[in-house]
Amino acid sequence: MQESCPTVKSILLLDSEGKRVAVKYYTDDWPTLSAKLVLEKSVFTKTQKTNARNEAEIIMFDGYIVVYKFIQDLHFFVVGGDDENELILAAVLQGFFDAVGLLLRNNVDKKTALENLDLILLCLDEIVDGGIILETEGSVIAGKVATNGLDSAGSLTEQTISQALATAREHLARSLLK
Amino acid sequence: MAEPLVKKDDDRDDEVDYSPFMGIEKGAVLQEARVFNDPQLDARKCSQVITKLLYLLNQGETFTKIEATEVFFAVTKLFQSKDTGLRRMVYLMIKELSPSADEVIIVTSSLMKDMNSKTDMYRANAIRVLCRITDGTLLTQIERYLKQAIVDKNPVVASAALVSGIHLFQTNPEIVKRWSNEVQEAVQSRAALVQFHALALNHQIRQNDRLAVSKLVTSLTRGSVRSPLAQCLLIRYTSQVIRESGVNTQTGERPFFDFLEACLRHKAEMVIFEAARAITELSGVTSRELTPAITVLQLFLSSSKPVLRFAAVRTLNKVAMTHPLAVTNCNIDMESLISDQNRSIATLAITTLLKTGNESSVDRLMKQITNFMSDIADEFKIVVVEAIRSLCLKFPLKYRSLMNFLSNILREEGGFDYKKAIVDSIVILIRDIPEAKEGGLFHLCEFIEDCEFTYLSTQILHFLGNEGPKTSDPSKYIRYIYNRVILENATVRASAVSTLAKFGALVDSLKPRIFVLLRRCLYDSDDEVRDRATLYLNMLGGDGLVGETDKDVKEFLFGSLDVPLVNLETSLRNYEASEEPFDISTVPKEVKLQPHTEKKAPGKKPSGLGAPTSGPTSAVDAYEKVLLSIPEFSGFGELFKSSAPVELTEAETEYAVNVVKHIYDGHVVFQYNCTNTIPEQLLENVTVFVDASEAEEFSEVASKPLKTLPYDSPGQSFVAFEKPEGVPAVGKFSNLLKFIVKEVDSTTGEADEEGVEDEYQLEDLEVVAAEYMLKVGVSNFKHAWDNMGADCERVDEYGLGVRESLAEAVSAVINILGMQACEGTDVVPSNARSHTCLLSGVFIGNVKVLARISFGIDGPKQVAMKLAVRSEDQVVSDTIHEIVASG
Repeated sequence: MQESCPTVKSILLLDSEGKRVAVKYYTDDWPTLSAKLVLEKSVFTKTQKTNARNEAEIIMFDGYIVVYKFIQDLHFFVVGGDDENELILAAVLQGFFDAVGLLLRNNVDKKTALENLDLILLCLDEIVDGGIILETEGSVIAGKVATNGLDSAGSLTEQTISQALATAREHLARSLLK
Repeated sequence: MAEPLVKKDDDRDDEVDYSPFMGIEKGAVLQEARVFNDPQLDARKCSQVITKLLYLLNQGETFTKIEATEVFFAVTKLFQSKDTGLRRMVYLMIKELSPSADEVIIVTSSLMKDMNSKTDMYRANAIRVLCRITDGTLLTQIERYLKQAIVDKNPVVASAALVSGIHLFQTNPEIVKRWSNEVQEAVQSRAALVQFHALALNHQIRQNDRLAVSKLVTSLTRGSVRSPLAQCLLIRYTSQVIRESGVNTQTGERPFFDFLEACLRHKAEMVIFEAARAITELSGVTSRELTPAITVLQLFLSSSKPVLRFAAVRTLNKVAMTHPLAVTNCNIDMESLISDQNRSIATLAITTLLKTGNESSVDRLMKQITNFMSDIADEFKIVVVEAIRSLCLKFPLKYRSLMNFLSNILREEGGFDYKKAIVDSIVILIRDIPEAKEGGLFHLCEFIEDCEFTYLSTQILHFLGNEGPKTSDPSKYIRYIYNRVILENATVRASAVSTLAKFGALVDSLKPRIFVLLRRCLYDSDDEVRDRATLYLNMLGGDGLVGETDKDVKEFLFGSLDVPLVNLETSLRNYEASEEPFDISTVPKEVKLQPHTEKKAPGKKPSGLGAPTSGPTSAVDAYEKVLLSIPEFSGFGELFKSSAPVELTEAETEYAVNVVKHIYDGHVVFQYNCTNTIPEQLLENVTVFVDASEAEEFSEVASKPLKTLPYDSPGQSFVAFEKPEGVPAVGKFSNLLKFIVKEVDSTTGEADEEGVEDEYQLEDLEVVAAEYMLKVGVSNFKHAWDNMGADCERVDEYGLGVRESLAEAVSAVINILGMQACEGTDVVPSNARSHTCLLSGVFIGNVKVLARISFGIDGPKQVAMKLAVRSEDQVVSDTIHEIVASG
């Protein structure tokens, strides 16, 4: 890939035991399933004991930078090369994290995530395309994912999509005012 | 979801493991996928099935070719549904299945229809899917739509087309290049991310056109860039332009530096950081240029966000390698990071501080680190211990506080690797800083008083036996050693007995007392301990018997085993108990493998307990043993130096040969390590024919062929040359490998009787002046220089002509001389105009040599140097100058 464009190598969403909820790989750094699982295992065990519940945390190993954030029993990771701007990776992580929060209406845990796996997968699809960052603003990502649920309003339980969208717009407006 | 994917069982609600996909199975889901073929599509049901399929793929499940094709065809039916949610899932599924070319055709028309749909989400997604799965031929058909999409007023559509363009550029650059007008237009877009993607694609299209990149940067750095990501990209392109254009020689100004500096005041942190990092990475960056970047990084150090602190400290850590002074301003902030929750940050902070720390701050730093050490993991502690070791070698005068620190942490809790790292460090300090010896040994003694690791105890006892007797008061170590005999397990007790014997052999005044202690060991419960005690008592003459001669005793105690362990093992296995005792002299001394090549990996200094400790020449001990076993070479005297192996063949050739050059006072021996990589061949009578016509001062005196060289079992052939005594004769040798080759039957493994003579051309090898110099450092150069005195000094000035850089010139001179750079003077600050390098070494004939070289460089890169050499011998001082003058 081109050297100068910021690149995400992988986004991982794991549970509190390090098992996959949803993962996405954008490079051939881990060509086989077992290589991928080895990465996931070491990312999980190396970060397991840290407190990444308030601020995003960061770790560097094996020539990769991993930024991560935990909520409930979900562990969010974004992996980049060791020459990548750490803050860009952190922006991608925050975008993913916020979007999932909006889409799951702050019921962010493994159970809800699996029940809404379609939304999580669409969300990943709207954040990064083949390693290139598409969007980092959580509310915009959530908005893009939710628009296509408009007709089949079945994706969210108690709250309707339009409410979720309203919160998304609210977020967007606030971030523009800043 | 309104309805969970799998009917939720209420009893399961509390179960931790509850998952809607529990018990999901590929076969069953593939069956379910039949709903895709229903004439009346149930959109929700279909979405759920696709989600299940995606779940399976995401968990690492794979579909066979047939399964994938079936699912793909079924999924294409779903384009009939108008349900947008389902359509998005269909897009995802197609991308995951990555269909083959003939399958792509099936969906092309559906996707092209979506590309022109009124729904923007459809358009954007259809573009991304189509571009992902398409090949070149299809691309020309849809090119028109893509060009339109790039300038579409909907930013999502434009971004989709641009990002797809970036991917397609890898496979179809010619087509993508035709979109350059549209991309240019998109660069001016008001939508933040469209501009970012357009910028990336535009740069890719023009990356080989320096002028265009420069123009792009010029126009954009003045204009407005809307998203932080695009701004970061622009900073990267600007650095590229700066790198390619160089410094304006008249004003010393860099083009666009103002832009980078202005970015340091951007409102987005990612931009500020990108700019700061770009400035620190400029080649030949000046301290004036660095200052503003360091200032913002310093602010980040105290941020509440770990990512920001990490990014800043990592960048500063890199800067500290080349510009330690520029980073010292941040030392206070960095010190507070030592206690950072995030251990990656803390470790980076420590190692940065240890790099930037000056002699005066060492004590304060050690205090800080002491508090930090107790609450970090062993793997980080090892990094810190290694950093402290190098700091101590840099500031030998500070050995006292650093040694104290090491001994303190040695007493604390820790695993084996950590303790071993500390012990290794202390051993290295003892070896390199003579003043630290007594204190260091004492700390090691303290440690073995309460050491749970048998390996470390025995290694320390061995080291103590070699070093302890040479100290001013050897008797004070005896108590610690004898305590081991009383308190420890059999392995450690046996080691302690050997150590006692070494003291007895070297220190006459202690001998009677050692005998008393050794006699007590005769009643030990372990036979190895008893045997050793008996043996040593006999040898040292402790039982009133006449002991062995002094020389023999020392050889026995301190010399290493002169036969390869493998050979000894084989011989012992073959020995059958009989009247005739086992005779060690019957063990073959020829080394079957190449035991030393891996140890002597280039640049890897032997370190720690396993390393030789008794002076400069012992690194070659192992080689010396091999060479001494060859009668032809035994008269050459003491081996001065052995080079690292030099490859004489390309990698992966039929025969792999490397050479080790052994230097003696009046001789040179080439040891050719040969490996036969062809299983069907057996080589016999392998010799190296050396043509020394370009090495006038050398004449061949002996050649020792290798009898047999079977497949994959390395062997050695030797050739010896005579040369004028003590003279650093140089020359070039060409080598030809000659041998008899015999075919080997691959089934029986037996070789043919008849062989054919053959030869194999090897690469030339050179003997250069540096071969006659041993790299031996001194801890305090000024002290050594003053002590040496100016009696045999010679000073001269030399022009080195135009060089690439000052650093390159310095390293070239160091390499020619083959001396050890002292006090880190081999590192040249990148913008320095002058530099002084301090070198030390031992020249052939065991003559100590010190050199002080001042380098200077002027505008057109002309380098000049003043070389001052001091040694114990005027002839040697002159010789060093000759090496430079003729080299």
